[in-house]
Amino acid sequence: MRAPDGPDVMAGEVLLSVANVSLSFGGVKAISGVSFDIRKGEIRAIIGPNGAGKTSMLNVINGFYQPQEGVITFKGKARAKMRPHDAADGGIARTFQNVALFRGMTALDNIMAGRTLKMHKNLFWQLLRHGPAMVEEVEHRHRVEEIIDFLKIQEIRRTPVARLPYGLQKRVELGRALAMEPDLLLLDEPMAGMNIEEKEDMSRFILDVNEHYGTTIALIEHDMGVVMDLSDRVVVLDHGIKIADGTPAEVMKNQAVIDAYLGVAH
Amino acid sequence: MLYREAGQFKSSYTADMAVFPILQDRIGLGIVLFIAVVIIPYFGSSFLIQAIMIPFLIFSLASIGLNLLTGYTGLLSLGTGAFMGVGAYACYKLTTYFPGVNIIVWILASGFFSAAVGVVFGLPSLRIKGFYLAVATLAAQFFLSWCFIRQPWFYNYNTSGAIEVPTRALFGIPVTGATSSFTTRYFVVLGIVIVMTWLASNLVHGRIGRMWMAVRDMDLAAELIGIRLLQTKLLAFAISSFYSGVAGALLVFMWYGSAEPSVFDVNLSFFILFMVIIGGLGSLTGSFFGAALIFILPIVLRYIPPKLGIPIQSATVDHIQYMVIGALIVIFLIAEPAGLARLWQIGKQKLRVWPFPY
Ligand SMILES: Nc1ncnc2c1ncn2[C@@H]1O[C@H](COP(=O)(O)OP(=O)(O)OP(=O)(O)O)[C@@H](O)[C@H]1O
Ligand SMILES: [Mg+2]
Repeated sequence: MRAPDGPDVMAGEVLLSVANVSLSFGGVKAISGVSFDIRKGEIRAIIGPNGAGKTSMLNVINGFYQPQEGVITFKGKARAKMRPHDAADGGIARTFQNVALFRGMTALDNIMAGRTLKMHKNLFWQLLRHGPAMVEEVEHRHRVEEIIDFLKIQEIRRTPVARLPYGLQKRVELGRALAMEPDLLLLDEPMAGMNIEEKEDMSRFILDVNEHYGTTIALIEHDMGVVMDLSDRVVVLDHGIKIADGTPAEVMKNQAVIDAYLGVAH
Repeated sequence: MLYREAGQFKSSYTADMAVFPILQDRIGLGIVLFIAVVIIPYFGSSFLIQAIMIPFLIFSLASIGLNLLTGYTGLLSLGTGAFMGVGAYACYKLTTYFPGVNIIVWILASGFFSAAVGVVFGLPSLRIKGFYLAVATLAAQFFLSWCFIRQPWFYNYNTSGAIEVPTRALFGIPVTGATSSFTTRYFVVLGIVIVMTWLASNLVHGRIGRMWMAVRDMDLAAELIGIRLLQTKLLAFAISSFYSGVAGALLVFMWYGSAEPSVFDVNLSFFILFMVIIGGLGSLTGSFFGAALIFILPIVLRYIPPKLGIPIQSATVDHIQYMVIGALIVIFLIAEPAGLARLWQIGKQKLRVWPFPY
C-alpha cells in the first residue's frame, strides 16, 4: 500500500489488459478465463498458492506461451500471436523465478546484452570495432555503469555470473532487465531464496525503479509483507482462476483468498 | 610480480574495453607478432616454415571459425571439413574461370561461397540443437563430400579426381603453385590469419559476440531481451563457414598444392573440433593453442625419438599419436572443459600475484 501515488494510479491509464485468457497444457488447465489490467506507473502484484498459474500468466504476457483463448491488449493494441522478441521490442522486460542469466558471461556482459535492441551499428562496424561501433559501445557502457552503480554491484562486474551467489545473480538479472529500459517490467519472485537484508535491498530497488524511471511493474511474490509494502494493487490466482483483485488491504480481507491460502478444499 | 597491472588505471571506457587492457598482454602480443613476422621468416628453416608454421596457421584459422560457431554460439557442427572443402573448390573454380584475378581476392571470395552453403545447412538449427544439429551438419558433410568425389565439374574433369593448384603470381611474384617460394606463401597465410583473427576478436567483444553467447547460454532469455534466434544463429553459421572456407582454400593453395576430395572428409571435421575442444571453447587464443597441440604434437612425437637415438617405427608413432590425443581429449573434457585457454588464464593469474600465494 503506497499511499502517496495511490489515487492517481487508481485513475491511471491502462498499460496492459488481459481479457478472458485461458491456457492449457494438454489436459492441465493452467489459466482459466482470467481478466485483469495493469495501469501505467503502478506496481501490480500477482499472488497465489503454488501452481496457481502465476508464472504461466507472465509467460502469456511476454509471448512465451500463446493462450488458447482471450485477448491481450498492450499500449492500446490488441495483439495476435507474438514471439518473446516482439514483446521485448514493444518494451516488456522480465526476470525469471529460477534465474535465467547467461552463465558463461560476466555480470557486465549480461547487462550489456540487455542493450542489444538499442544498439544498431551493423556487421561492418562491428568487425572493425572502431569509429561508430566504439562510440555506440561506450555510450551504452555509460548507461550500463549507471545501472551497476544503482544496483551496487560494482565489485562483481567482471565475474562470470555462474560463480556469483544466488542473491547477486538475481540482482544482475534485474540489471539486465533494466538495461532494456522497459515500459513494463515483469518480475517472477525476485526475492525467492533471499535473506531479510537482501529482500530489503531488492524491495528498495524495485520501488526506486518504479519511482525514478516510472517503470510499470508486475510482480509475483509469496512474501505477504513484501506484497503489502510494494504493491498498489494485487490480483490473486488459485488453480488458474482469478479469485480476488484489489488493493492489498482489500485482498487480505477477502474470504476466498484466506481459504485458498489456508488450503480449504475446493 | 612480473605480471602486474597495478597502477594501470583505466582512464576511460574505451581503454577499459580494449581487447587487451593490460600492458603486459599487449607487450606479449607484440613479441609474438614480432617473432611471427620477422624472426621466423628470416631465421626459420624451410621445414619450420613449410611443414609447421603454414599448416599450423591455417588450422588455427579453421579452429577460430568453428569456435565462433561451437564455442561462442553453442552450435555443434561436424561439417567443418566440408565447409573448408567448399572454400577450396570455390577458389579452384574461380581461378580456373578468371585466371587473371589476384589469387588472394579469390581465396577471400571463396569464403563467401562456404558462408552461403553454411547458412543453408544452418537452417535446421532453429528447430534442433545439440546432438541432433550435429547429425544434421554431419549430413551436410557427407552430401558435400559426395559432390566433391562424384561431380567431375568440381575438379575440372581431371582424370585423377584431384584438384591441382595452378601457378598464380601477384606483382610478378608467384604466390601459388610449384614455383612459389615458401616464404611468400608464409607471408600470405600469416597476413590473412592476423587480419581475420583481429576481425573475429572485434566481433566477439561487441554486440554480436554478446548475442552469440546469449544464445549459447540461455536461448529463452536471449529471445526475451529481443534477440532473434534464427538470424543470430544463421549469422554465426555464415561467419564461421566463411572462416572455414578461407582456411580450406589456404590449405590447398598455400600448403598441399593439390588435393584429393578425401582431404575434406569427416576426419578433418573431427580434427578441427578436437583443436577447439582442447584449446578452449569460446576462446580465440585457445584456438591457436589447440591447433598447436593437435597439429604440432604428432610432429614432435615423430621427430624427437629418432633424434634421441630411440628406434621407433612410424606405425608405432601413429598409434602413440592417436592414444595421446585421445587421452588428452578425455582429460580435458573431464578436468578442464574450458581447455588450454583456461590453463593459460590461471597461469597468468598466478604470475600476477606472485610471489604472494593469494
Ligand atoms: N510447460 C508446462 N507444461 C505443462 N504444464 C505446465 C507447464 N507450465 C506450467 N504448467 C502447469 O501449470 C500450472 C501452473 O503453473 P505455474 O508455473 O504457472 O504456477 P505458479 O503459480 O507460478 O506456481 P509457483 O508458485 O510454484 O511458481 C501447474 O499445474 C503447472 O504444473
Ligand atoms: Mg511460478
